[in-house]
Amino acid sequence: MNRVIALIRKEIYQIIRDPSSLLIAVVLPAILLFLYGYGVSLDANKIKIGLVVQDSSPEVQSLIRAFKNTKYFDITISRNRQEIEKQIMASHLRGMVVIPVDFSRRLVNPDDISKIQVIADGSETNTATFVQNYARGVILNWMGEEQGNISIQPRYWFNPELKSNYFLLPGSIATIMTLIGTLLTSLVIAREWERGTMEALMATPVSMTEIIAGKLVPYFILGMTSMSICTLAAIFLFGVPFRGSFLLLVIISAAFLTAALEWGLLISTATKNQFLASQVALITAYLPAFILSGFVFEIKSMPGFIQFLTNFVPAKYFVSSLQTIFLAGDIYGVLLPNLAAMLLFAAFLFILILLKTKKRLG
Amino acid sequence: MADNLVEISNITKKFADNTAINNVTAHIEKGKITGLVGPDGAGKTTLIRLITELLAPSEGNINVKAGDIGYMPQKFGLYEDLTVRQNLDLYADLRGVPGKERKKIFEQLLKFTSLAPFTKRLAGQLSGGMKQKLGLACVLINKPELLLLDEPGVGVDPISRWELWSMVQELLKEGITVLWSTAYLNEAEQCDNVILLDEGNLLFQGKPGDLTKGETSFEEAFASMLGGWPEDKSELADMMITLPKTGKPIIEARNLTKKYGDFTASKDINFSIKQGEIFGLLGPNGAGKTTIFKMMCGLVTPTSGEAVVKSRDKIGYMAQKFSLYDNLSVMQNLKFFSGIYGLKGKEQKDKINKIIEIFNLKDYLNMHSSLLPLGYKQRLALSCAVMHEPEVLFLDEPTSGIDPITRREFWTHINRMVEKGVTIMVTTHFMDEAELCDRISLIYRSQSIAIGTPGELKNMTKTQTMEDAFIELVKRHE
Repeated sequence: MNRVIALIRKEIYQIIRDPSSLLIAVVLPAILLFLYGYGVSLDANKIKIGLVVQDSSPEVQSLIRAFKNTKYFDITISRNRQEIEKQIMASHLRGMVVIPVDFSRRLVNPDDISKIQVIADGSETNTATFVQNYARGVILNWMGEEQGNISIQPRYWFNPELKSNYFLLPGSIATIMTLIGTLLTSLVIAREWERGTMEALMATPVSMTEIIAGKLVPYFILGMTSMSICTLAAIFLFGVPFRGSFLLLVIISAAFLTAALEWGLLISTATKNQFLASQVALITAYLPAFILSGFVFEIKSMPGFIQFLTNFVPAKYFVSSLQTIFLAGDIYGVLLPNLAAMLLFAAFLFILILLKTKKRLG
Repeated sequence: MADNLVEISNITKKFADNTAINNVTAHIEKGKITGLVGPDGAGKTTLIRLITELLAPSEGNINVKAGDIGYMPQKFGLYEDLTVRQNLDLYADLRGVPGKERKKIFEQLLKFTSLAPFTKRLAGQLSGGMKQKLGLACVLINKPELLLLDEPGVGVDPISRWELWSMVQELLKEGITVLWSTAYLNEAEQCDNVILLDEGNLLFQGKPGDLTKGETSFEEAFASMLGGWPEDKSELADMMITLPKTGKPIIEARNLTKKYGDFTASKDINFSIKQGEIFGLLGPNGAGKTTIFKMMCGLVTPTSGEAVVKSRDKIGYMAQKFSLYDNLSVMQNLKFFSGIYGLKGKEQKDKINKIIEIFNLKDYLNMHSSLLPLGYKQRLALSCAVMHEPEVLFLDEPTSGIDPITRREFWTHINRMVEKGVTIMVTTHFMDEAELCDRISLIYRSQSIAIGTPGELKNMTKTQTMEDAFIELVKRHE
């Protein structure tokens, strides 16, 4: 026990002297959170589209008003279809809505059908879908108001304002913690090998378990600090609601962080080289956490085999837990299985480390 | 054989791609200092690690009768971002030295290593010699019975080396058994026993005097064991054209100074090298040799002062560690380097073929240069640096870690090239190599403390060897 404390004390001196760990633990999460918070948004606000108006009846004026009033579109009105097409080709507009010259004439004739053409720029599929759906929504709403007998009142649970920030930020905390957790530890053991201190440590009576504990404890504390920074920033800076309990958040984060730190240790022991270790950490931890955790890309829409693979990405369970705790609250039916999965990872990795790290060189 | 502390029986250690130790049987006598000698790659470090049980042998066994083993690895195993005191505390904790005893032990060790005034300094900010003493102190904390020192003398200035040697003598008096690994023959010669390794094979075990029997010196005896000295001729130099001797200065340094932040890497360096001269920069690691060197080659911009090399377009440069492309084959390296130095067509082809012939590289042409034996690596690097027939040749630590025979061969090439009119500037930390230069500048703590021919420097200090002259000059300087 004395030896573990000595190793922890040594590690803390090193963290204080060498700003790189502090940079990773404090500055990196701040930067990433700002990027995710301000830079990444899946909301389609103010998509620029063109409105080709060839009819000028009062009904059409009212429809134009409906397009102008929605917050989803920023519209450019023209009578000339070619002009709008040119702007779409130049990527200035994402699509157009064409109201043909016979629109209101057909509208008043009960035997006829009025036609509106909606064209979207398919090179950006996401935006194209937004253009199609929002345009349809605006038109349907307008029809309801005109006829006065249908009223549509949409409600969105857990995230009433449909702010993508609200579900992106808790998810991004998971990817940030993956990166920090693995990077912190993957660098520090490799550093001991590179500087020749590992060899000197091994020549003392210290055991490998003690060396591992001496690494895990200080970086666990550092990692939990990053977690607090992220959580506080998400709540107070970005206004993400927090509906669960902090105790549960701490327990779940601790479980995930332990698994991440252990993964870093494993990488470090295998590579023994700081540069390589950081590369491996990025590719094996951060990338899957970004792509396969369900944080941005929905797992249910992935091909079956990839869906199966996501089960082996610990970040998946952390993303789901964080989104639940932040937006929905302490839903044990979701949180407990997630927690169990993360603990399983942590235990498995710990056994792997014990098997892998023998007190031997070469 | 009851007084052997370590018995090594028929031990073999194989790694994935080579055999580091091949069927070695040896022993370490109790209470004596045993020198473990051999060139780089001989298997010295592997043997020590086998004794510490940090490596498991492939075959054979080692019987260590010592209780506590103190092991100082090549890099000393210090935490450079911890202070002297914090390093000592850490190792005392790890070795289970109780707090009560600690005060007394630290006092003794700090006195023994003269580190007492520096306990609050970061280990990374100590000089090479002081780092080594601290490394030793950390190992001595729990009074080991057996002390294993892996190349403690490498790259350290002669004064620190001499101090370390006397410290070890003190420890021997206290009954500690020491294994001292080294590539320096003069160090090995002073040990009670030597174990001589070459490419994993045991060549000799016994008293150094027994090896020297019938030979004029330990070095001669060592050379004849390794197959004798090379012939005193250089086909590499023979193929170069003879330059007319002008005797005019061709390289000049004027008040050359380089600062990195607060740190002055070299200060007010002045010298002038005439055409056809061998000029050596001599000094311990970290003294500033390489910085001066890089400024002369134009690789580093001086903070102030001037580095002048006439015929700048006709220089050859061989960097420390040989700067070959490790993952290119020998042939690819030859083609690449001749190409960037501007050789082409038939001339390039003829030159490459000639070099392959001179150095017997034929069998190695398709081998990755990282896998070449050290001696071949160095020959290849030298060939690459001179293929374009430079008028000025810069060699940075060209013989570091190389066995004495290849070193001798290397100096033959250098001498013959100088006869052809090539001007050579070389850095080295081997004191004996300084004798082979026409003139040398002693570099110590970023400054040139003396300049002259080896004879002049020895006369000036009334000493017999370059090593003693260096020690004397440093003392006067301080």
